[in-house]
Amino acid sequence: MVNLIAKTPCHGLLPITIGTVTLSEVATGPITSVSPFTGQEKSVSDALKANHGTAFPAPNRTTSKNTARLIWSGRGQALMLGVIPDVKGAALTDQSDAWTHVEIAGTGVADVLARVTPVDTRAMKRGHSARTLVQHVSVVLIRTGNDRFEIMAMRSMAKTLVHDLERAMTGLAARG
Amino acid sequence: MRLTCPLCGDRDRREFYYQGEAVMLERPAPDAGAEAWDAYLHLRDNAAGETQDLWFHEAGCGSWLKVTRNTVTHEVIQTELVAK
Amino acid sequence: MRVDGKGLANREKVVKFSFGGKSYDGFEGDTLASALLANDVRLVARSFKYHRPRGILTAGSEEPNALVTIGSGAGQEPNMRATVQEIYDGLEAHPQNAWPSLERDALSVNDLLSPFLSAGFYYKTFMWPKAFWEKLYEPIIRRAAGLGALSGAHNPDRYERAFAFCDVLVIGSGPSGLMAALTAAEAGADVILADEDSRMGGRLNAETHEVDGQAGAGWAAATLQKLGEMDNVRLMPRTTITGAYDQGTYGALEKVSHHQPRRAALPLECFWRIAAKQAILCAGALERPIAFPNNDRPGIMTAGAVRTYLNRYGVAPGKSVTVFGNNDDAHRTAHDLAAAGVSIAGVIDSRGDAQIDGDFPIYTGGQVIGTEGRLGLNEITVRHAGGQRTIRTDCLAMSGGWNPSVHLTCHMNGRPVWEPSILSFVPSEGAVPGLTPAGAAAGHMSTAACLTSGIESAKIALQALGLKAKTIKAPKAEDGAYSIAPLWYVEGKGRAWLDFQNDVTTKDIKLAAKENFRSVEHMKRYTTQGMATDQGKNSNVNALALLADVTGRGIPETGTTTFRPPYSPVSIAAMGQDAQGDGFAPQRFTTSHAASTARGAPMIEAGLWYRPSYFPAQGETTWRQSCDREVKMVREHVGICDVSTLGKIDIQGPDAGAFLDFVYTNMFSTLKVGRTRYGLMLREDGHVMDDGTTARLGENHYVMTTTTAAAGQVMRHLEWVHQALRPELDVSFISVTEQWAQFAVAGPKSRDLLNALIEEKITDEAWPFMACGAATVAGVKGRLFRISFSGEHAYEVAVPARYGDSLFRLLVAQAEALGGGAYGMEALNVLRIEKGFITHAEIHGRVTAFDIGMERMISAKKDCIGKTMAARPGLVGEDREQLVGLKPVGNIKQLTAGAHLFEAEADAIRVNSQGYTTSVGFSPTMGSYLGLAFLKNGRARHGETVRMVDHLRGIETMCEVTDPVVFDPEGGRVRG
Repeated sequence: MVNLIAKTPCHGLLPITIGTVTLSEVATGPITSVSPFTGQEKSVSDALKANHGTAFPAPNRTTSKNTARLIWSGRGQALMLGVIPDVKGAALTDQSDAWTHVEIAGTGVADVLARVTPVDTRAMKRGHSARTLVQHVSVVLIRTGNDRFEIMAMRSMAKTLVHDLERAMTGLAARG
Repeated sequence: MRLTCPLCGDRDRREFYYQGEAVMLERPAPDAGAEAWDAYLHLRDNAAGETQDLWFHEAGCGSWLKVTRNTVTHEVIQTELVAK
Repeated sequence: MRVDGKGLANREKVVKFSFGGKSYDGFEGDTLASALLANDVRLVARSFKYHRPRGILTAGSEEPNALVTIGSGAGQEPNMRATVQEIYDGLEAHPQNAWPSLERDALSVNDLLSPFLSAGFYYKTFMWPKAFWEKLYEPIIRRAAGLGALSGAHNPDRYERAFAFCDVLVIGSGPSGLMAALTAAEAGADVILADEDSRMGGRLNAETHEVDGQAGAGWAAATLQKLGEMDNVRLMPRTTITGAYDQGTYGALEKVSHHQPRRAALPLECFWRIAAKQAILCAGALERPIAFPNNDRPGIMTAGAVRTYLNRYGVAPGKSVTVFGNNDDAHRTAHDLAAAGVSIAGVIDSRGDAQIDGDFPIYTGGQVIGTEGRLGLNEITVRHAGGQRTIRTDCLAMSGGWNPSVHLTCHMNGRPVWEPSILSFVPSEGAVPGLTPAGAAAGHMSTAACLTSGIESAKIALQALGLKAKTIKAPKAEDGAYSIAPLWYVEGKGRAWLDFQNDVTTKDIKLAAKENFRSVEHMKRYTTQGMATDQGKNSNVNALALLADVTGRGIPETGTTTFRPPYSPVSIAAMGQDAQGDGFAPQRFTTSHAASTARGAPMIEAGLWYRPSYFPAQGETTWRQSCDREVKMVREHVGICDVSTLGKIDIQGPDAGAFLDFVYTNMFSTLKVGRTRYGLMLREDGHVMDDGTTARLGENHYVMTTTTAAAGQVMRHLEWVHQALRPELDVSFISVTEQWAQFAVAGPKSRDLLNALIEEKITDEAWPFMACGAATVAGVKGRLFRISFSGEHAYEVAVPARYGDSLFRLLVAQAEALGGGAYGMEALNVLRIEKGFITHAEIHGRVTAFDIGMERMISAKKDCIGKTMAARPGLVGEDREQLVGLKPVGNIKQLTAGAHLFEAEADAIRVNSQGYTTSVGFSPTMGSYLGLAFLKNGRARHGETVRMVDHLRGIETMCEVTDPVVFDPEGGRVRG
């Protein structure tokens, strides 16, 4: 029997470092969307907390414990990263292959993001997230550190995401 | 233009899709008659002043919003989730 | 000429540049204008219409005359203002609108023709014959009356966009801007201070006033340093706030590298959107000229500009300067020049009671009534209380007073109000929500008043933000009264210019009024007063004061024209913001993209997706050869096609079935688990929105398929229906388009191929037509659907996207071993046309379920979106154009899409149109072109002959009307 070979969304595109900023692909592991059914919001959150240590996050927030991360990703919806959620009362959908997941980090990363995203990343604290745009691409943006963000976008748009970020990085680096 | 999404907060207009007047929320019954359906689908007040219209936070959280705003001053008076 | 000991330019650093092919030296910190004046170059341009010799009028972005082209070749930039263009080593500037040279411009003949070229001349003259306008008059006029030209080549420069957010945006960094920024910053607000100038400080850099006991420029530099060291302050020099928009959004153009030689990757400009909770407008004021006869000669400048050149750049624009004004501020020019050792030939003040001290000739109650000098001023004639005399002078500094820069306050429909004490307009209250005008922009005309106004307006902003201002004291500064008396124009022999850029004179305004263009908006359009790059910054107030006089009204009654964004010119490239090439739109690539391009497949765009058009085999030279082969391959063996681009939506929840019943015309709650059904979705207005198959994977779990093109629209629609219309339904959905790589495996040998790869045994019993379920594909958990878009025995196999590339290669290799291979969009299209399957070429938005013969799919048992309106009169019936098949029957064998259908003998004119073709393709299976079309009452006309006429391509084909399904109408192959 033949074996299928797995490829990551940014295969052959990353990492790149321009100036002080590095863009690299994140090895995410499983990703599952979690959408509690009507009236199940609390019980789902409690179960997530009990089983994984991560309550269902409030809008624009994330929760995490060890390798498990829950990232708010829209109305009534969060993405669980790192582990497969063990809960009932919610629509669970495997999204492990749906996302391009990159990290952008380094001094001046907020200036890079200011060139591609219409949200105020300076106002985001560590652990905050936003559903927004990188240029024309719909993304989940997460602040993971002082000079550190993660961006998740549609897998098929990996090349465009990298292109748009790289363009912003080179333009800034060229200012010297 | 900026809109405050009740879930996501203050956002640039580019994240939103514009639908039209909020009368679309009042779907007539199937047997409401031709006039009711015509009014629902095709007749709009197009007010100079306060209006309510529908926006979809398409590049954001995916919420449909009812926005109360003034078409003369461009003031945005209120944004609400369509689904409570 | 340079004046020793004056100016802020760095005299240690010589900069070499060229103008009109000639090399010059300047200093670091010079603009092109200051460096040219330092080199005694006064003639820099020819005017727009009359090609009059022109010099530098101002020292800022409002400059109407000194427009030049920077650089040459692809990246050349026309209409750059010499007054704001910083010089750098190697800068190359060229004059515009002059041929063969500035000194001997052939079209200066227009100036002699001026009696015939008055306002409205073009409208009146070039009316007849009509056809001449486009072909003859307009090209000639465009060539004659022009600004600079673009290269016509692709712009090699790079542009950028950026977003910024702040509590307080301070617009302008003069005395009021600096104090506003400092007050806001010390209270803890997040502040952006933006200024169009390279050197911040506004007029403090151009005046000799002291602030806080030190030179104004020094105080500004110290304050800027202090602001720059604060974490909550961002300084944005070279950044023009171009527009004020809704909800505190401001457009801003940052000139990133206009002041340096071009470097790869370095953006030329960056267009900012700044979202500010509060803004303070400290844009200052602009000086207005006086309209006296022949007031446009090189050497005639605004008085404030002369001070700027002297005090900021250390340049005297003349050796023997005269000053002409109607206000005390103008006198400063004479005092500053005299103090610097420049000779003053006279100060003329129109006010009889003006108080002027100075060791120079003074003419009170005086007016300049004429000037001389062909390529530059050399003499003026003055009429004054004591008589009339001529004065030799090479520079005349004029001042008609100052206009507050109210522009941004007009961008949201605010109308400025007339303020008699300064004879100008000031911003109206609350013109832009959250914006407070301060300093000269609000009508404060002394330095001390500006400093105080900056603090006070910052306090207003801070209060709105809920921040407390620290106690801050305005520094000590001059507080002279601004004394002014009206003087808009001077009557006399010769033309007196109002709008230098558009060559509008006082005569033109009078003519407009005489011809009844009395409304200020009509006058503007008739005369072109206030148009082009300066947008009337120098001239509007004078022009409407004159219009008020000649129409016998006051200025407030006459009103103003509206200032609209942008404040100063913004290039289209800057607004494009790098949205070109790969930045124009996102590109979506399938997992098989690399393997497909490696096989030489040309790509076709489908929405944002790129899909293979066809896969050329060795020896094939046209796409038709490849397409025909691929179609036959699928019909006879097996073909592989990436169908991952179709939208896939995962739908879960106790009410999933009920929800689908409401969005689809047909029933899905009754669908068995493990089965797939074709569904039709309508818009609420009764027309078809989309179609596709939906599979039931579990009791409460469906996967919906949408067309590639409508995936986003359908998702938005589902959210709408759920959130707005049926919130009580407990259902949840999410796109899984990106999760799965999905491939069609189509053809008689498809089952053989898959049985070699899939662990589960595929049989007709286990996997009948329209079955679906989990399948283990080469060891990977995937999904299998027995569905067909080709009419063949076919499957779609899906695996997590990471394996897509690998599975595609494997499937194609296996298919090739069975005599098949990959097929692209062209073959896919032919296969579905043979079967009469529709795409968005058919369901294009004006088509109903009835039109495509699917009205029976609208279930009578339930309500659904669009059901009521689909039944309304006009959307069903014989008059409707209905889906049919077409087959050529005459000598011409070709069909084209978009052609119209006519009865065989009818004239091929619009009123006779019976319908149109939507999809065509050559069917190698049937050995003929086949088409899908909409034809009036088409279902009743099978067997009739119609004439297809493609007016655009000049093709006429006689066609037989057929059933849309031509190949295997019984559908035996798909089940077999």
